[in-house]
Amino acid sequence: MEEHLVDWSRAQFALTAMYHWIFVPLTLGLGFIVAIMETIYVRSGSEFWKKTTKFWMTLFAINFAIGVATGIIMEFEFGTNWANYSWFVGDIFGAPLAVEGILAFFMESTFFAVMFFGWDKVGKKFHLLSTWLVAIGSNLSALWILVANGWMQYPVGMEFNPDTVRNEMINFWDVLLSPVAVTKFLHTIGSGYVMAALFVVGISAWYLLKGRDIIFAKKSMIIGSTFGLIASLFLIFSGDESAHQVALKQPVKLAAMEGLYEGKESAGIVALGMLNSKKTLSNDEETFNFEVEIPYALALLGYHDTTAYVPGLKDLVYGNEARGIMSAQDKMNQGKLAVRALEDYKEAKKLNDTLKAADARIVLEENMQYFGYGHIKSPEDIVPPVATTFYAFHIMVGLGGWFTLLFGILLYLSMKKDISSYRKILISALWSIPLGYIAGEAGWVVAEVGRQPWAIQDLMPVGIAATKIATTNVMISFFMFATLFTLLLIAEVSIITKQVKIGPEGEQ
Amino acid sequence: MGFGDLELITLQQYWWVLISLLGGLFVFMMFVQGGQTLIDSLSENETEKTMLINSIGRKWELGFTTLVLFGGALFAAFPLFYATSFGGAYWVWIIILFCFIIQAVSYEYRTKPNNFLGKKTYEVFLKINGNLGTFLLGVAISTFFSGSEFILTDNNFVEWQNSLRGLEALLNPFNYLLGFALVFLAKISGALYFMNNIEHDAIFARAIKSIKYNMIFFLAFFLSFLAWVLLKDGFAVDADGLVFMQSYKYLSNFIEMPIVLALFVIGVVMVVNAVFFAVVVKKDCCIKTGGVGIVLTVMAILLNVGFNGTAYYPSTVDLQSSITIVNSSGSHYTLMAMSYASLMIPFVLGYIALAWYSMDRVKITKEEIEAPSAHNY
Repeated sequence: MEEHLVDWSRAQFALTAMYHWIFVPLTLGLGFIVAIMETIYVRSGSEFWKKTTKFWMTLFAINFAIGVATGIIMEFEFGTNWANYSWFVGDIFGAPLAVEGILAFFMESTFFAVMFFGWDKVGKKFHLLSTWLVAIGSNLSALWILVANGWMQYPVGMEFNPDTVRNEMINFWDVLLSPVAVTKFLHTIGSGYVMAALFVVGISAWYLLKGRDIIFAKKSMIIGSTFGLIASLFLIFSGDESAHQVALKQPVKLAAMEGLYEGKESAGIVALGMLNSKKTLSNDEETFNFEVEIPYALALLGYHDTTAYVPGLKDLVYGNEARGIMSAQDKMNQGKLAVRALEDYKEAKKLNDTLKAADARIVLEENMQYFGYGHIKSPEDIVPPVATTFYAFHIMVGLGGWFTLLFGILLYLSMKKDISSYRKILISALWSIPLGYIAGEAGWVVAEVGRQPWAIQDLMPVGIAATKIATTNVMISFFMFATLFTLLLIAEVSIITKQVKIGPEGEQ
Repeated sequence: MGFGDLELITLQQYWWVLISLLGGLFVFMMFVQGGQTLIDSLSENETEKTMLINSIGRKWELGFTTLVLFGGALFAAFPLFYATSFGGAYWVWIIILFCFIIQAVSYEYRTKPNNFLGKKTYEVFLKINGNLGTFLLGVAISTFFSGSEFILTDNNFVEWQNSLRGLEALLNPFNYLLGFALVFLAKISGALYFMNNIEHDAIFARAIKSIKYNMIFFLAFFLSFLAWVLLKDGFAVDADGLVFMQSYKYLSNFIEMPIVLALFVIGVVMVVNAVFFAVVVKKDCCIKTGGVGIVLTVMAILLNVGFNGTAYYPSTVDLQSSITIVNSSGSHYTLMAMSYASLMIPFVLGYIALAWYSMDRVKITKEEIEAPSAHNY
């Protein structure tokens, strides 16, 4: 397969996913915030809360449409650009996707129309129910796709079938309740709630800075910062569990996240650091130009034990017998045996040689665990881009900490003081909107770049997963998508900005 | 007894029936696409156009979701088709996707201030979606009968043999028949929907007029498509899974599966009946009859090409690579798990119907659209 094909296929998927992730987090969280506001309206009957609900709902709708549009592309790109992958895992991946369609997507889309156009057409309670169902539906939609993603990071509940050459599901609940899937879901929707809260407090801060719509802004600020603070704390817990799962299931990713080349006991976390660009696996250069380390923290985060040994990239690539870590070369050898055994099995089947087929099958099953390593060329190839993973991880965590602090301050000032006079805080709140997007995207970069070269951990590298097609085709479609998505993003930002300027008084 | 006790072939057939039903529902929902192509010809001023756009605009999401589910269900139930067709006929699907991205934003952005691309652009987007998107979907489905050029390797990986990656379907004039038939059908159902959903005499009269001439085109293309399919050789599969060409395959499928034939005939009669009542009796009833008719007709066509030993996604360069419901499906376990999930479908259809009814109980009027509190597209 052409070398650049894989890069372009990845670029196209990354482009779609990253654009999708600009819109989705806001949908996930703002849906609930709007539902909370409408609940207050229905309980109090106050026109003020109706207007407030409608204002945030308008912004929700503008953002929602483009999330849907980029979402459909992602679904079909599994087929168009990752056809081999789609076949290899379709039996597992497809089921959550179909369940998602039946259970979640229709809930979202049916009640979306009621929520927007039903104000005067249906009763107050039915309308409120619709708003809640949109929020629940969109979060359920996220569940199934993240279950699928979790499975790719940690494949469980399946069995390889050499006759069909694919993985077949043998336990749906193992797939659904896999710890990686569950933490991934919780951490991801949590980040969506934080994003939505940042959006609400940031825009409210802008009104306060402008000295307009003061009551509206203050009340929105209270709801936004309360919601944000709870979500941030939840994000810290789910993030901790997420890192623990990475340590157990994807140790190479964890080592890359921390730039840890040499394994050590009681490893610390580099809170702040700059990687030395000369550092490679094979030299003894210093890893960092400078770093500030928090001792014991990585061992604690990864293994919930301050004395734990955290393997470094060198251990994972070259093996460490003393610690019982297998080298990549050994895994590659096993992988090659598995790939060969599959070929033998197919050959024997064609010749109706059942004995030989049975032998080949035994070899295959013994080595299946490292099947994907059979396609890896050199041991060093199992290491993801360290700098990208490292910086993305640190940006995400750093910003997450800042948001927690910010929500705390905003909530305190909203409740106890006149927040309008704290202009610097308000300006920081406004500027935290783009930071929220950066943190969210960085999180996905850690998850996806950090697991390279795997499409499915240990089973299928990206190079095998991609559709076989002349690279030019993918290049052209990449630029088509890039242009269209960018135009639509500009349109969305421009429309939202204008709607914010019009303000809640524009709502009737 | 549960789904787990059923034979694999029964589950495969169950899922093909569901896929056919979804396909039927999706084509019915294409009244939205058809309606989008009529926004200029059925309106004389901005208010009227806004009425039209708001009428179908409250339903676009449902159609879009049906397409998403159609894709998801194919991925889950028949992953080999999903991998082969989407990965192979790359450009057809990518262009279809393009047509749907631009639809998703157009309703919401069209009348918003500072929308960057301008109102006109979003209306053009809606028309591209309505015309090109619909046409290409018809062409894609037509290849179920005409075949495509691909080989499946030992690992079931697709190797597409034509560098046009799917666009070569346009070199076969027969594929245009279903493409255009679908475009005109969507226009007819769009007009039927407007007649039912909008309280406006002039729009009503214009809709009737548009149905009249679109029906002529629809019949011409649809009957030609039908003649082509029923008379052509089809891709048959024997009991051992060996694919071979059989003359009048699709005609004999109808004859050998009288229930499918009955669905087809009833469906077509219902569509014709709907058009008759709309045009001659000038009633506003007819999107319902027409809609059920469309669902039945499309279902019957998909059941014809999937059942009775037929390869539904055939390869013309390597007959034995052709895809059937037997060789392309998910495993017994997966189909079983999904079948349990499918028990939710009646419930889902139920709440869709409830929401639909509560929203469409009162027709869209000029007053509603012009009201200061209106939340319009």
